Formats: sequence, C-alpha cells, structure tokens
Amino acid sequence: MRRLGLPLLLGAALVFPAAVTLPFPRHVLIMIFLYGALAVAWNILAGYCGQISLGHAVFFGIGAYTSTLLVARAGLTPWAGMAAGAALAVGVSQLIGFPVFRLRGHYFAIATIAVGEIVQTLVINWDWAGGARGVFVPIKRPDSLLNFQFHQSKAVYYYIALGLLLLSLAVARRLERSRHGYYFRAIRDDQEAAASLGIHVAREKRRAIAVSAALTALGGTFYAQYLLFIDPESVFPLSLSILICLVAVLGGVGTLWGPVLGAAVLVPLSEYTRVWLGGGGKALDLLIYGGLIMLIATVQPAGLMGLVRRRARP
Amino acid sequence: MGCLYALIAAGLSLIFGLMEIVNFAHGEFLMLAMYVAFFAWSLAHLDPVLALPLTALALAALGWATYWGLIRRVLGGPMLAQIFATFGLAVFLRSGAQFLWGVDFRTIKDPLLAGRLSVGGVFLGLPQLTASALALLAFLGLWLFLRHSETGLALQATAQDRQAAALMGIDTQRMFALGWAIGSACVGVAGGLLAMFFYIFPDVGGAFALLAYVTVALGGFGNVPATLLAGVLVGLTEVFAGLLIAPAMKYAVVFLLYLAVVLWRPQGLFGRF
Repeated sequence: MRRLGLPLLLGAALVFPAAVTLPFPRHVLIMIFLYGALAVAWNILAGYCGQISLGHAVFFGIGAYTSTLLVARAGLTPWAGMAAGAALAVGVSQLIGFPVFRLRGHYFAIATIAVGEIVQTLVINWDWAGGARGVFVPIKRPDSLLNFQFHQSKAVYYYIALGLLLLSLAVARRLERSRHGYYFRAIRDDQEAAASLGIHVAREKRRAIAVSAALTALGGTFYAQYLLFIDPESVFPLSLSILICLVAVLGGVGTLWGPVLGAAVLVPLSEYTRVWLGGGGKALDLLIYGGLIMLIATVQPAGLMGLVRRRARP
Repeated sequence: MGCLYALIAAGLSLIFGLMEIVNFAHGEFLMLAMYVAFFAWSLAHLDPVLALPLTALALAALGWATYWGLIRRVLGGPMLAQIFATFGLAVFLRSGAQFLWGVDFRTIKDPLLAGRLSVGGVFLGLPQLTASALALLAFLGLWLFLRHSETGLALQATAQDRQAAALMGIDTQRMFALGWAIGSACVGVAGGLLAMFFYIFPDVGGAFALLAYVTVALGGFGNVPATLLAGVLVGLTEVFAGLLIAPAMKYAVVFLLYLAVVLWRPQGLFGRF
C-alpha cells in the first residue's frame, strides 16, 4: 500500500488539470502546493533543527520582491529573479542567524518576530521598491514560460507549484537521511549533548536556515508571478509567518509528509470557508479558523501525522 | 506610554514566569479591555477612569477562564502546541470582536480628563499623564502584592519550582489560574487607560502585543520589576526614534534595539536563563 500510494498520488496530481478545468479547484490545489512547499521549508529549520521561527515571511517577501523588482525595473526574466531571490534570502538568513541563533525557545521565536517586523517596516518605507503601495508585475503577452505569466489557464502555474513542492520534499528527504539531518535532530533534542559530541552547532543551524530560506524564497517568487501584485502587507506580515508554521504544526512537525498533509487540510478549509462564509466584514471564517486552531492544539498536539502513525501501529 | 507598555508587558511576564507560556492572545486581551471600557462609557456613561475596576475584573475573569478552559490542557504539551493554543485564541477573539462589533474605529468622547498640561514648555496630554501615573500605581500594587502578601509569595514559590511548591501544600493549579487572572487584570487596567486616548477597533492589540513581547524579552522573562524598566526604555526609544529619525521607522528602531541587546545579553537585560 505504501509503495503504491505515492506514485498513485503523484499520478493523480499530474492528471488533475486535464480532468478538472474549473479555475477555483485548481486555485485551491495551487495554494495547497505552495503552502505545502513553504511548510516543508519551515519544517527543515523548525521541525528537524528545533529552531521555531516566526519570521519566515522575511524570506518569502525577499523572494517575491527580488524577482518582481528585477522584472519591473530591470526587465529580467522572473526565473533569474527567482535564483537571485533565493541567493539573497540565503545571505540575509546568515545575517539574521548571527544574533538570533544565540537565543533559545521563546526568546528565539520572539527575536524572529522582531526581525520580521523590522524588515516589513523597512520595505514599507522604501520608496524605490514601491513603499506601502506595493509593486505590479508588468503584464507581458503572450503567455510564455520565459515570462512566467499565463493568463489563459492556471494549468502551467499548477505544474510549477507542484514542481516546487516536489523540490522541497526532495531536499527535505535528502537532508533527513544525510549526516546533517541527524545533526539537526541531535541539536533539536539536546543542544549541549550535540555540541559535546563534536557537532558544530552554530554551523549546522546556519546550514538549516540557509536551505529553509532558499526554498521559502522560491515560493515567494512563485506567489508574485501568480498574483502579479505584491505589497508589504501581503508578503511580509507576521500572520503569513504564523500561517506557514501552522500548516506544518497541523500536519506534524519534524515529519516529511506532515506539512503536506497539513496544507491539504488547512488550505481547502480556509479557502472554502472564505468563499462561503467570508465577506460582509463579519470575519466568520476567521472565527471558525481560530476555534479550530485551539481545538487542534489541545486535542492533537502531535498533528495529523500523529493520528496516521497511531493507525499504522495498532 | 512607556509605563503603559510596562503594564501590558507585566501581565505577560507574570504569566510566563509562572509557567513558561507566552500568551499570544495578550494583545487581544488588551483590545477586549478597551471595548469593555468603551461599552461602560457608551451604555452606562461611566468614565474610563472610573470603570477601571470593572475592566480589571472583567479581564481577570477572562484570564481565569482561559486558564481553566484552554491552558490547563496544553500545559504538559510541546511548546508549539502552547504557542498555537494562545494564537488560536487570539484569532478567535479578534474575529469575534469583528463579528460582534464591526471594524469601525470607536473613540470615547469627552472623557473626564482631557486637555493638556504645560510642564516647562513641554505640552503633555492630561489623559496620557494620568494613564502613566495610574499605570505606575498599578505596577507598584502588583509588586507589593507579589513581595509581601502570602498569596503573592505562594505565586513566586510556584514560579520557582512547581513541584516543591505543591509539596509545601500550595495548590499550583489555583496559583496558575490566579497568575492568569492577575496577569490579565494588568492588561485590563492598561486597556482601560489606553481607551481614554486611543482608537478602539478589533485589530488594536497587534502592535501593542508585539511591543509587549519585545519589552518582556528585553527585560528578561519572568522578572516583573525589570519589565518596568524595559517598558520605559521601549517607550523612550519609540519617542526619540520618531522624533530624530522618522515616525514611520520608530518600531523598527525599537526592534533593532532589542536585537542589539540580545546580541550582547541573550537572556535580556536582567534575565536569568
């Protein structure tokens, strides 16, 4: 079953756009792939290495802004911007890591929130980058892979998002089984013990955040090209950082498939409640969402993967 | 402002010191306190200053209920479960407020205290001044309670070692609930004071809560007097950064200050690990 399940799932994902042509279900799946990829990336730093970051929107925003500014101001293809964004995110992550990795537990989480707020404030006040008004990605026709814009159908976006998710999963899986994956988990479980066994704790943490930041930035570029408009409120907010880790937590922290499972449950839930119950300024969808989060935290803190595992071993 | 930050942060710090849980719904508690003050004014024509006991009591009840209903269930769980329990509560309360009362900005008109005072050529708003004074007073009361009353000492004992405290016959569950009630009452007072001169709307808590986290971490978690100093420091930094650099950048400067301090002292200015 396990061996058959994965190829079946992947096959279903590949033929889905051919079977369903309605835009909304496609949009929901694209969002599942995007948030799944982001949560997998977050999970590399937080789940395996134990460093709970509440500032991952920084890397997402860097990815979105780098590519968009390069397209809008320099006329480069977004693919080059995607690579540049990932590189920049890695650089910034190393800078951020310098102060924050000295902290632990709640101090670390709050320091990452502070970093996120600083970066958002800086971008809001940066006129060349559009300031608080944001930037539009210049519309280019016709649709082409080079321009990373597809106005006729969401199918190509769908496959790119799927590719992004598979890339993140492949990286996470490789890391999970590599030497560094074991180092990460050792640091998470007991930093002193890991250090005394000769693991270079600071270097391994920097490695974890670099990988995590690069993957998150790729997601940011995708988001910018998908919506074709970004502003600081949409790509740098604390709520995005929290949503990313919420997806991972719901699915199961520190597991390979947990974040994907979390995205598969949470994204449709929030998209459909938004469509059915949202609007009218009543925020009923958020009310349910908040209640649900509390329920998960109290009833099933190990995430949905905890349920899956319990069934697998009766 | 610094005194108010300190009072908001003190509640957070108290709760954290007691059981190592950061209440991410703290800003929403503040928002609710402001709404309580608003409705006390609009329905019963009670001035925010006079309604302070009411807001404090209402929030204490909320904190108490939060502990018994939610926090007790995640106390033994992983840190992430605790973060998300309170974060879920935050989303729930904020959207609940939006659902019930809408997103309109509300203000309390003609409070008892209005106008401004000139002190040596510097104009100070009378409501702000009273708020700082009352916040300081509340802070003093909290400190005296913690240091000198039997219950306060029991609270501190629980914070230091909950098992030893339990062995000494202290009902730690009750102490935790009491910590939540007192911590929330601090926010209640702060919210009542803030309602005198600040807009009231469902998202108002966010910015204040962020500053409160930084204030607490700056002073050192669980150290209530240090929180006061850190709060004043944050307030001053905000004002001077707004004056000297740019008003839009003031929060960024505050957060930068925090990161700089943390680089030098990871446990905060007066914290212990």
